[in-house]
Amino acid sequence: MQTSQKINQPVVEKLDELLAPGQTYASVSAKIGDIVLYPVLKTPWGWIGGIAIAGLLLMLYLYSLATLFTVGIGIWGINVPVAWGFDIINFVWWIGIGHAGTLISAILLLFRQDWRTSINRAAEAMTIFAVACAGIYPLVHTGRPWLDYWFLPYPSTLGMWPQFRSPLEWDVFAISTYATVSVLFWFVGLIPDLATLRDRAQHPVAKFFYGALSLGWRGAAKHWQRYEVASLILAGLSTPLVLSVHSIISFDFAVSQLPGWHVTVFPPYFVAGAVYCGFAMVILLMIPIRKLFGLEGLITLKHFDVMSKVMLASGLIVTYGYFGEIFYAWYSASIYEYFLIVNRTVGPYAWSYWALIIFNVLIPQLLWFKRFRTNLPILLVISVAINIGMWFERWVIIVLSLHRDFLPSSWDVYNPSFYDWATFIGSFGLFFVLFFLFIRLLPMITIFEVRDLVHKTAHKAHDQKGH
Amino acid sequence: MAQVFNRRANTIARLSIFVGVPVVLLILISVWWYYTRSDWVRDVGPAHAVVQPGGGFSHQLHVGGLKMDCRYCHNSVEVSSSANIPSTETCMGCHSQVLHESPKLEFVRNSYVNEEPIQWNKVHDLPKFVYFNHSIHVAKGVGCSSCHGNIASMPVVYKTQALYMSWCLDCHRAPEQFLRPQSEIFNTTWTPPADQIEQGLKLKEEYGIRDSLQLTNCSICHR
Repeated sequence: MQTSQKINQPVVEKLDELLAPGQTYASVSAKIGDIVLYPVLKTPWGWIGGIAIAGLLLMLYLYSLATLFTVGIGIWGINVPVAWGFDIINFVWWIGIGHAGTLISAILLLFRQDWRTSINRAAEAMTIFAVACAGIYPLVHTGRPWLDYWFLPYPSTLGMWPQFRSPLEWDVFAISTYATVSVLFWFVGLIPDLATLRDRAQHPVAKFFYGALSLGWRGAAKHWQRYEVASLILAGLSTPLVLSVHSIISFDFAVSQLPGWHVTVFPPYFVAGAVYCGFAMVILLMIPIRKLFGLEGLITLKHFDVMSKVMLASGLIVTYGYFGEIFYAWYSASIYEYFLIVNRTVGPYAWSYWALIIFNVLIPQLLWFKRFRTNLPILLVISVAINIGMWFERWVIIVLSLHRDFLPSSWDVYNPSFYDWATFIGSFGLFFVLFFLFIRLLPMITIFEVRDLVHKTAHKAHDQKGH
Repeated sequence: MAQVFNRRANTIARLSIFVGVPVVLLILISVWWYYTRSDWVRDVGPAHAVVQPGGGFSHQLHVGGLKMDCRYCHNSVEVSSSANIPSTETCMGCHSQVLHESPKLEFVRNSYVNEEPIQWNKVHDLPKFVYFNHSIHVAKGVGCSSCHGNIASMPVVYKTQALYMSWCLDCHRAPEQFLRPQSEIFNTTWTPPADQIEQGLKLKEEYGIRDSLQLTNCSICHR
């Protein structure tokens, strides 16, 4: 424990370091492992308070879902032109958040980016929990979720298959594949660390729990060789998913002929938006966790600097998409497309369009400056702004296109009901309960990869001394 | 320090993956398969005959023995979506003369005198989301027995089909397998001739039955 105390001493944070100085193999294992292996009665109050609040929100979520199942989707604010409301907005928003985790764990692994090591585990967990939150919306928005197995192509007595030409059916495959591959990738990456925890654990229950999950890992050379192959295969499988899942979700809109939806830029624009708010969510989670568990030595300012750059880049692609939409409307010479843009900017929901522009386009321009990229309180505010902005993006796409149909006689407005809000706010409860359980039960930073980084850093320093 | 897991743990792990998981899956799939397709679960067959009020009404006697035409009682089958369950007056048309003092028919006479309809029990209960019309099927050459079986042989009527949607679609996708000439519609023992497909295609042409693309449109049955 001496080593971990040494790390807890305040250190002067340098920008170009992925690890604070003085880290050793043992200190890394102790630092990360001890967060999990704390005796139950010594659980930090911050954690208990956090999961208590999240648990209350989860109760709200379960209450609103129970009401939905017993009463039906009439409890929501949706109506006939606006048949998709909070359910689909929140679905797309949550699934977008997951994309950063997959990008960090798969694409950055293939590109051998060392800065991913301290954040990839937590980001992957965020992906899985966000996919869980997202996946529930389309399942419950059918109104009769007990019949949701009808989505699946199985030899039924109906004598029919699902409509394979519908993007909504592609969603079923896209999301279930995404969830499966993400969980597998996450679990395979956890195995060596679970074995470390098994070996460090004192309590027999903890020994059994981590021992069973680590599947008999002994750290043999053969284990490591197979592990490397398996994680490369899974990274290869996940990489196209970063692009395909949100592309397919964008098809839900782009394949229709509604103004504002029928746009060819949608797939790349959706993917960039997903990465954008996903990274914002990673930053949003990492800043408090780093503080709460004293992980400044492992998650450094360099990490936040690099993640901010990814956010800035994806944010600019999204901004390009917003300009693209205005240009297409003009270039299409279609009165409906033209009307859509006028309606977005000065119509009854203009406030939401301008909120989107402020949160998603203007505020993130601060990220051009290193000063803001490494100032954590400001970065926290920017991340919240981006998450709100990306939520408004889905709101603008869904509600603003639907509420003004081709026929003025079918125009209407959409007002989310109490249950819309309860289901949305409650889903944070599900997300954070899962996340708090994760940081208490599993190592939130990849121990063995950080140890590898310690090794590399030591070698680099060694080389620079001129040997 | 003793190991948490002994050597047997490896065997248990392998067994559960290579034997346990397939066995559990097989059991689950079998249960689901049986549950959705079994005649027993779907109330099909003589064991699930639906007993009617009074307990004694026999289609075997009326249709098989007395050779009554289906339309004598189910009189709107050619003109309406519903084939019609006969009113007490229809029964009394004969039974005011025939067996008019039989104690077995006491409940029919009571119904007639008190003007209270007999609550017959439904045998084929279609879900409300399905639109089914008897008249169009009869008019286009689908005979009673294609769906209801040989009623003339049933003392108490039971379902011979589970009414799966796939069963409806079997015919809507290729009606020529089941079509018969108008003269055979009410023949309860009709069996398809050897050249049924050839005859069926000819009948399909004569009846002016639409192609399967239109017959399998969702809104043909779900309106």
